Amino acid sequence: MADTEAQPSRSRDLDKLLLRPGNLVGANFDPGEELRDDLAKYAKVLVVGAGGLGCELLKDLALSGFQNLEVIDMDRIEVTNLNRQFLFRFEDVGKPKAEVAAKRVMERVSGVNIKPHYGRIEDKEIDFYSDFSIIALGLDSIEARSYINAVACSFLEYDSDDKAREETIKPMVDGGTEGFKGHARVILPGVTPCFECTIWLFPPQVKFPLCTLAETPRTAAHCIEYAHLIKWDEVHSGKAFDPDDPEHMKWVYNEAVKRAELFGIPGVTYSLTQGVVKNIIPAIASTNAIISAACTLETLKLASGCSKTLSNYLTYNGAEGLHTKVTEFVRDKDCLVCGPGVLIELETSITLQKFIGLLEEHPKLLLSKASVTHQRNNLYMQAPPVLEEMTRSNLSLPLFDLMGKTTKTTLHVTGTTSKNDKKTSALRKLRVVFKGVDGVTDMDTAGGA
Amino acid sequence: MIRLFKVKEKQRELAESANGKTPIKKQSAGELRLHKDISELNLPKSCSISFPSGKDDLMNFEVTIRPDEGYYLGGTFLFSFQVSPIYPHEAPKVKCKTKVYHPNIDLEGNVCLNILREDWKPVLNINTIIYGLFHLYTEPNSEDPLNHDAAAVLRDHPKLFESNVRRAMAGGYVGQTLFPRCI
Repeated sequence: MADTEAQPSRSRDLDKLLLRPGNLVGANFDPGEELRDDLAKYAKVLVVGAGGLGCELLKDLALSGFQNLEVIDMDRIEVTNLNRQFLFRFEDVGKPKAEVAAKRVMERVSGVNIKPHYGRIEDKEIDFYSDFSIIALGLDSIEARSYINAVACSFLEYDSDDKAREETIKPMVDGGTEGFKGHARVILPGVTPCFECTIWLFPPQVKFPLCTLAETPRTAAHCIEYAHLIKWDEVHSGKAFDPDDPEHMKWVYNEAVKRAELFGIPGVTYSLTQGVVKNIIPAIASTNAIISAACTLETLKLASGCSKTLSNYLTYNGAEGLHTKVTEFVRDKDCLVCGPGVLIELETSITLQKFIGLLEEHPKLLLSKASVTHQRNNLYMQAPPVLEEMTRSNLSLPLFDLMGKTTKTTLHVTGTTSKNDKKTSALRKLRVVFKGVDGVTDMDTAGGA
Repeated sequence: MIRLFKVKEKQRELAESANGKTPIKKQSAGELRLHKDISELNLPKSCSISFPSGKDDLMNFEVTIRPDEGYYLGGTFLFSFQVSPIYPHEAPKVKCKTKVYHPNIDLEGNVCLNILREDWKPVLNINTIIYGLFHLYTEPNSEDPLNHDAAAVLRDHPKLFESNVRRAMAGGYVGQTLFPRCI
């Protein structure tokens, strides 16, 4: 009768974290089976990218008890992916990454449900992202991270004390790898620094002077960039260079070889050509595995509270030996993306011109000669003269109408402010709330006629 | 647990509330920084800017430069600017749309200006780029040539360079190349 031969529970490791209390647990941690089952039932995680990191993330998250996953990736599988994107096989080359990855993980982990999306992150509606509890990033560019960061931070709302409202915080776990190095970070909009707050961390990109490429190349990379940036246009003027087209890449490689021979420079190979043109650093499976494990652990901590999350930026370097460090970066209070901005209450009748005047007097701003922009509409530009003319007619219109008649919205203003008698330019985010709109309670009209 | 609890709660909330506020697409931080740079432009009289895509698309614009001294006095040169969404982390892409006989600008319109490539820093802005371009016309230099022939002539035969420039701007041939009139 004894069940000593019973199979150990599939979630035995997870149970150690979720079923019992501990000393390092997060606030409001409530251990128990309900927590473990809720994690499976209610937590929805989006994995952005189904490449090196994405494959590892999907596997790790599925095995960590998350059962509602979705993955988005705009690429198809290529042969060079196969050394580390282990969910793919030779027969899968050419198929969309997201779809194959989802299928393979669902085959191996019973109970998990993964919905693939083959497409670009920019093509999804904002509503798509609002459904998820946590967003895990396995991206490979600054631009993509910047976009997702802006989307996640757009859900953030502040209360009148400029504190982030907890239920609007959309947590992100961002991982990145490059050769033997990698990072994992936790982004809680409004609490930890967002991606833009710390964008200054990135070193400037390596760019060679055009004249060096044209006149005095010294390295194989110079020859390749000459073919890519200068020779291409000379021969194919008008046609855009497509780094994903093997014919284009081969053409650049051949031209680079010719140039290298002309100047007696060794080292031009096809794979170096791809690396220089596409800015690629060779990828290593182990780095991806390590970073993905860190990210998955943080996702688990965020969703369950089983431990305090890392705070807030982990770097890993395995080039010589092994080194990891966690740094606690702080938010930029004036961050344009995740900052609270200055709260301003306005009447619906106020004109744009009066609003600009108001900014000069506002104690937290003292901004003169302000230009105003609202969600891609430039409402008024002080300069240059051509734009001033184009936007002058907006000055006499009510700001409420110009901003689409929404009660609460954000806009940005730029102008000059003086600090200690020194004039500096300033770019500020404003949180605008309109009073007197139907439905908004207002003491004055409460008992009115 | 608290997060999950809130998720369950929010799902109930959303199902009940009729018209939840839909978060609208925001401008990227790059667009905002560009907006600041543009609104602070302080151009000399010889430079002007236009926005072919309208007042709401600041990422693509054109700058016209009319040098008021030097070899290129009297000419009109058009530049196209393409600003990336991660500006100012990346320098704008600038190309010369007017075919010009110049040691630092090649016949395809590529401009050899250090701050556009290896010396770009996020603290620089559109104003500094335009001043840099203007400087190319008032002080062309044969040290960093993209057009080696023009650079050699400037270095060894400045008088010939001067007449080549005038002939090119008037719409004539220099060597095998025909230049459109831009004066």
